[in-house]
Order: sequence, then structure tokens, then C-alpha cells
Amino acid sequence: MRIKCPVCGERPLEEYAYRGDAKVQRPRTHAPDQANAWHDYVYLRDNPKGRQKEHWRHSGGCGAWLVVDRDTYTHEIFSVRLTKAARRRAK
Amino acid sequence: MFSSLLHQVKKFQWPLNQLSLINPNAIVRCVRQDKCGDRRFMKYSALNLLRQAMGGHKDWPRAWRDPEPKDAYDVIIVGGGGHGLATAYYLAKNHGIRNVAVVEKGWLGGGNVGRNTTIVRSNYLLPEELPFYEWSLKLWEGLSQDLNFNVMFSQRGVLNLVHSDAEVDAAVRRGNAMIMHGADAEFLSRDECVKMVPGIDDKNSRFPVYGGLLQPRAGNARHDAVAWGYARGADGYGVDLLQNCEVTGITRDRQGRVVGIETTRGKIRANKVGLAAAGHSGHVAAMAGLRLPIESHKLQAFVTEGLKPLVDTVVTFGHGHFYLSQSDKGGLVFGASLDGYNSYAQRGNLPTVEATIEAAMHLMPSIGRVRLLRHWAGVMDMSMDGSPFICKTPIDGLYLNAGWCYGGFKATPASGWCFAHTIANDEPHAYNAHYTLDRFARGYAVDTKGVGAQPNLH
Ligand SMILES: Cc1cc2nc3c(=O)[nH]c(=O)nc-3n(C[C@H](O)[C@H](O)[C@H](O)COP(=O)(O)OP(=O)(O)OC[C@H]3O[C@@H](n4cnc5c(N)ncnc54)[C@H](O)[C@@H]3O)c2cc1C
Ligand SMILES: [Zn+2]
Repeated sequence: MRIKCPVCGERPLEEYAYRGDAKVQRPRTHAPDQANAWHDYVYLRDNPKGRQKEHWRHSGGCGAWLVVDRDTYTHEIFSVRLTKAARRRAK
Repeated sequence: MFSSLLHQVKKFQWPLNQLSLINPNAIVRCVRQDKCGDRRFMKYSALNLLRQAMGGHKDWPRAWRDPEPKDAYDVIIVGGGGHGLATAYYLAKNHGIRNVAVVEKGWLGGGNVGRNTTIVRSNYLLPEELPFYEWSLKLWEGLSQDLNFNVMFSQRGVLNLVHSDAEVDAAVRRGNAMIMHGADAEFLSRDECVKMVPGIDDKNSRFPVYGGLLQPRAGNARHDAVAWGYARGADGYGVDLLQNCEVTGITRDRQGRVVGIETTRGKIRANKVGLAAAGHSGHVAAMAGLRLPIESHKLQAFVTEGLKPLVDTVVTFGHGHFYLSQSDKGGLVFGASLDGYNSYAQRGNLPTVEATIEAAMHLMPSIGRVRLLRHWAGVMDMSMDGSPFICKTPIDGLYLNAGWCYGGFKATPASGWCFAHTIANDEPHAYNAHYTLDRFARGYAVDTKGVGAQPNLH
């Protein structure tokens, strides 16, 4: 598996760090009624056998956070883009 | 050994057709009547070996049946790996629940139970885990006798090397925790480690060996035999082992209670369904709308060409997850870290191969010229705190056995034993009481390694 960083081009796996499912959303507040939302965000995962959007960081390269659309069964990569935050910074 | 053989011979009930010695066809009917009921199979014993030898070994009965699925069972276990088969065995043996099916999408033992590096140990630290793993080790110690199947459990010891003062302290603390829970542990000096494993590099200046924590009762076993032994044992009690039968759905009634499963071999009813699908736990639980605190990752293992006896224990390198043992065929067996990203592919990537070999060279440079024969990967159910689940679920009638990470082989006997207890009594045994799904919400994570909710780091 090799990942094509939008900044640096196709690079080997050793240069990347993995964070996991990019779908889970951090709750906006710490209000007590958000406890379940926090639990789900920190601990629960869909863990699909198939396509998943996930966060990777090109830690051994440009350092950008990426969203990689990848099949967890075939390892096929459909798209790689910078996260919103990384795009904002690039502007 | 000899006395136990005699013991088995004594327990053997001579069949009426003793003449089977001269009539090989009659041997098949020679079944053992177990004390606790009608457990039927031909016992593996020196005597039966002799009888079969005289008949040219043509009349060994098959080790388990290949039945058609019935319409309904009392309990269905999803997954014919070590844990599923052990659960069925103990449901029948300990709780008298024999109307049970184990449903396996492939063949028995084709999952992780047949892919692991077979290390069995109870050198844990936390009070939530030590009693469980020590109970498992105790069950291992009697397993071949219990199953009447040689699982080749070899208590050759597991030696965890440490490489700094801080690691010495941590290892001694762990050893003391083990001893306090009735397990065995010894701290070995550097010289004792080098004496025990002559090949280790004691002059490594980057990772010098400071000593090691040894658990003498730990060791390894033959993985296939564990699956086959439990399969044969469960079948002997009447459990149906349904192979090539993939679960595709979990059926629930209006109240949400589980009432059965859908499979590639048709619908099967049961009011209790236990999931033991290891790496596919999340996939199977999703059929009941359940999201789990689990990610599936892959783990690789390696075996080299056969060598003369070199290492007679299991030795682990403290920097980078790496361990080594020698199989009975002579190959060195290596285990390593996860590849690090979610995956259901049972094949690994090369960076991990490289990292593993680097660790091997740090530990034992003398094996540098040995050739690797094979390497493979299995899909791990990595939980958010590195600890398993053996519990009820929020869904009535659905039970979960999952989250074994890369340490579930050693747990096989206790996992099946505790899961059977939980399914039969609708409540956990003290050994698995902490392994619940709601422990994160309640603030009781069992964080073995202290790395938090990042499964690829456990
Ligand atoms: C490379 C490697 C090394 C390891 N080393 C060790 C070690 O040294 N010590 C140790 O203690 N542990 C080790 N482990 C971990 C251990 O192997 C697992 O934790 C354990 O085997 C998991 O339980 P199991 O045996 O029930 O799993 P499995 O054998 O994987 O059983 C699960 C079964 O469920 C079936 N299944 C899945 N989905 C479905 C479905 N929809 N319908 C029907 N059936 C289904 C699968 O086909 C499979 O047979 C290692 C694992 C790997 C991969
Ligand atoms: Zn980059």
C-alpha cells in the first residue's frame, strides 16, 4: 500500500501515521447531556469491511493531515485529500 | 504420563463386543461412555491405537459429524474458532446445554486460532485481568486430559527481556502482581538470561539486556489441535458443528429480542445467540445494529526454515513488539506489531516485515542468515482499551465474546468457560465480570498498556 499525498506525491507507508475513522465527530460542548455523544465519539466505531474515510498524517513528509478514502478489505485507495484545516492553512 | 495412561485405560468401559479385536468393523461402535452422560466418540488411547493398528488404521471414525442444520437450537454460537468451539464444549460439559450449534463461515480453525503464534501465558498486571488469565493457564494445564486430545501444551516458559532500569522496576512490579494472584514469576539477571537463551545479543549497546521476567509455567501449544480438540469434544456431547455456513443476519422479534439467525444454509432459530467471530465481531454485531468499541486490524507472523534446536523457551524483545520461539519442526516463529491501520485483509505489508526483521537482528544477530519460509496475517478485533468483552449486550438474547486483540489464543479455555457461564446463567462469572461493553461509559476501562482509546497502539 502506498499513499499519494496531495502535497508530496506517492510515498511509502512508513512515512504516514494512522489516526482512524474520519467520520466520527467531536461533540461541540462538554455539557452534561453530551456524555453519550462523547462516549460514542471516543469509543464506538462502524469498523466497516469495505470503504471507509480515515485520517492519516504525512508525519514523515510535509506533516499534513489527510482524509484517505480506502477499502479496508482490498486496500484500494479511491481518493486522498487534505483535511479542511490543512486546506485552510495552505491558503 | 504412564500413570495417566493407566488411569485412562481404567476409565475405559469395555464394550460388549470385545471381539472387535478380531473384527475391525465392529471397532467403530466401541464408544466411551462418559460419567456425565452420553458423550460418544472413540477414545484416543494407547489401547485403541493398538487395536486400530491391527486393523490397518482403516476404522478410525471421523472426529466429528458434518450434520445438516436443524430448524432450532437452544443456543447458537457464531464463529468456529477456538473461542466459539470452547464455548460450545463448556456449555455442554459444565451446564448440560447440548442442543447447541456452532456456525462457521469457512472451516473449523481457519481463522485466528490457526494463524497465531501460540504463546500461552498469564503474565498480566491488572487485578481485572490476572485472575482470568491465570484460570485460563490452569485450564491449559489439564486440557489434553480433559479433551482426550493432545494439544501439545509445552510449558517451556516465557522470558520478557528488559533493557533499562525503569523497565526492571516495571517487570518486578508485574512479577509481584502475578505472584500475589497465584501465578508464577521469577526475575532473571542479565547473566541468567544469557545462559537461558545463548543466542541473545548481550553486547547490544542500544538495547542492552538488563534482565528478564520469566514465567516458567507459560509456553505454547499446537493451535490446530486446540480447535480440533474442542470441536471433537463438543461434537461428542451432541453439539452440531455447521461449517461453510456464513451468518448473514440476526433475526429479532417485535420487542427486539433475538430469535435466530439467517445463514447461507438457511434460517435457524434460537433464543440465545453468542457472537465469537474475533476479527469480524464488528461486522457480525452490525447485523443486530450494534456498534462496538472495536477496530479490526491485521497482525502478521513469520516462520523460518527448520533449524537444529536453538531456543527452548519463548523470548520477547522489550523494544518494539517482537518475540521468538522454536516450533517442534525446528522453524523459528516470530511475532510482531500490528500493521497499524484498519484492515480485513489477511495479508500484511512490507514495512512491518522490515521492522520485525530489524528487531530480530537486535535480539539475536546470529539468525541473520536464516531464511524466512512463510509469513501471513490474521484480522484482530482490537478493542479500545486492549481488553476483551465476554458479556451480555443491550440486545436481549445476544451475547458477545470479542476484543481479543493479539492475545486471545492463551485465553481460549477460560474465554469459552466464562462465555458458557454467562450464556447459561445470564450473568457473568467473577473472572469475566469486568469485561463488559459498558465499562467505558462507566469509567472502568481495563487499559492494559495505558495508551488510551487508540487500538493500533495496544
Ligand atoms: C499472527 C497472529 C499471532 C497471534 N499470536 C498470539 C499468541 O501468541 N498468543 C495469543 O494468546 N494470541 C495470539 N493471537 C490472537 C489469537 O489468535 C486470537 O485472539 C484468537 O484466536 C481469537 O479467537 P478465535 O480463535 O475464536 O478466533 P478465530 O479463529 O478467528 O474464530 C472466529 C471465527 O468466526 C468466523 N466468522 C466470522 N464471521 C462469520 C460469519 N458472518 N458467520 C460465520 N462465521 C464467521 C471466522 O471464519 C472464524 O473462523 C495471534 C493472532 C494472530 C493473527
Ligand atoms: Zn505530504
